Amino acid sequence: MNKHYWQTGFILLALMTLMGCAVVETATTVATTVGEATGAISKSQSQSIRKSTAAVSKSLEDFTPEQEYYIGRTVGAVVLGKYSASADAKVNAYLNVLGQTLAQVSDMPELFGGYHFLVLDSDDINAFATSGGHIFITRGLIRCCRTEDALAAVLAHEIGHVQLRHGMKAIEKARMTEALSILAQEGAKSFGSPEVAQLTQAFGGVISDITNTMINNGYSRSYEYQADAAAVSILQRMSYNPGALTDMLGVMTRQIKPGGSDFAKTHPSPQNRIAELKASGKSLAVTETPAIRKERFTKAVGHLL
Amino acid sequence: MFRYIFMIACLMLLGSLWLGSTAVAQKTMNVQVKESQLRATPSYLGKIVARTTYGSSVTVLEERGAWKRVSLGSGKNQGWMHNTALTSKKIALKAGQSNVGTSVTRDEIALAGKGFSEEVEAQYRKSNKNLDYTWINKMEAMKVSQEQMEDFISGGRLTPGGEGGRL
Repeated sequence: MNKHYWQTGFILLALMTLMGCAVVETATTVATTVGEATGAISKSQSQSIRKSTAAVSKSLEDFTPEQEYYIGRTVGAVVLGKYSASADAKVNAYLNVLGQTLAQVSDMPELFGGYHFLVLDSDDINAFATSGGHIFITRGLIRCCRTEDALAAVLAHEIGHVQLRHGMKAIEKARMTEALSILAQEGAKSFGSPEVAQLTQAFGGVISDITNTMINNGYSRSYEYQADAAAVSILQRMSYNPGALTDMLGVMTRQIKPGGSDFAKTHPSPQNRIAELKASGKSLAVTETPAIRKERFTKAVGHLL
Repeated sequence: MFRYIFMIACLMLLGSLWLGSTAVAQKTMNVQVKESQLRATPSYLGKIVARTTYGSSVTVLEERGAWKRVSLGSGKNQGWMHNTALTSKKIALKAGQSNVGTSVTRDEIALAGKGFSEEVEAQYRKSNKNLDYTWINKMEAMKVSQEQMEDFISGGRLTPGGEGGRL
C-alpha cells in the first residue's frame, strides 16, 4: 500500500517538474486516475487531490472575457453614478471612431463586447476604463488636449489599462479565490438559485474592490506608468505623434487643481509622469499635427474647449 | 513485473499527452467574443471575408504573430483572426449542451452565460436599484464600421503599422 502511494507521488512530482504549472491540473488528473486504477488511492482521495490542485491554479485567466464584460458593465454603472454621461452625440461619435481605431492596434484588440467610449459631463479632470471595454473621459480632460494626437494619447492610456487588465488586478486575492471556487463547483452544469445568490454576493464584492481602487484610491503609480508606456506604443503603431502624451501632461500640469478630488488624487502628478516617460526614453518630441487632423479635432470637440 | 510494465505504459501515455498538448490544442479553437471577423490578410485593414460569433469553433491552419489563419465549419470560409478573439477552451452555449461532450474537464470548458453573467447582473441590480445602466447600453450601441475607421485613418493622414505593424 505504502509503495503505491510512493509511486503515485513520484509520478506526480516528476510530471509537475516536467510540465510546469500550466498543465499541473491535467497531470494531477491523469496521475490520480493512475493512482485509482492501481488501487493506490481511493476515489474520494483522488478527488480531493484534484480539488486542491484546482484551487491553487485558479487565477485571473479563469475569468472568461464574457465575465469581464459583465463586471465592466456594472463598474461602468457605478462610474455613471458619480459622473453624468454627456449626450453630446458629435463628441461621442468622434471619441468612438478614434478610440476603436486605436484599440485595433493595441495588444488587446478584441474584447467580448468591444470598446466603447463616452464623454462625462464634468469639469473634473478624470477618466476610467472597465474590464468590459467601457471607457469614460471627462470634458475637463478633453480640455487638456490641444490636438487629436493628444486626445488619442488619453484614450490610448485608458486602452492600456484594459489591455494590462489593471481593473481585474484590483480584485482582492481572497475574493478572487472565493468567486472562482463557486464557479468551479458545478462544472458545466447549470447553477441553481443558491449558487446564483452566492455568485451575486461575490460579484458585489468584486465590483466594490474594483471601484474602490479605480474611483477612490487610484491604481499604483507603476500601473499608471505602464499604461503611459502602452499608450506611447499604441500611438506609434497608429503613426500618431507619440510626443502628444507629454504635451497633454504639460497642459494638465497647468490645469490640475492640487489636492483636488479628481485625477490629482488618483494619479501620480503629471510632472512625475513626464519624468518617467523621459527616463524610459518615451518622451518624444512633439511634431506638427497635419492641418486636416487639426480641423476635424476642432470641428468635433472645439465647442468644449 | 506487471506493475512495472503498467507504470511504463502510464508514463508513455503521459509523455504523449504532454507532447500532444501543444500540437492538438492549436488545431481547434473557439471564438470567445460576441462577434468577430475573418480577414483576407493578418491585419485589421484586411478585407472581411466572413463573420463569426461567440462559441463557434475554428480550425487553425497557420499562425503569424498575433494572428491565426483559420477555417470555419465546413472549411469553405478561411481567413485571419486575431489571437485575442480565440480561446482553446470549449465554449458551451447552454449547460449540458452536447457539443462539449462528457470527457472534458470543467477547466477545459467555459460555459457561456455562467459565472458573472446576465443572470448575476440582473440579480445584483435587484438589490442595487440606484444603479442606472441606461448609458451603459447606449454607449454599447455606438457602433463604428470598418469603413468608418478606414476613412478616419486615411482622412487623418495616418499610416498605421509603420512602427509595430500590428494592425
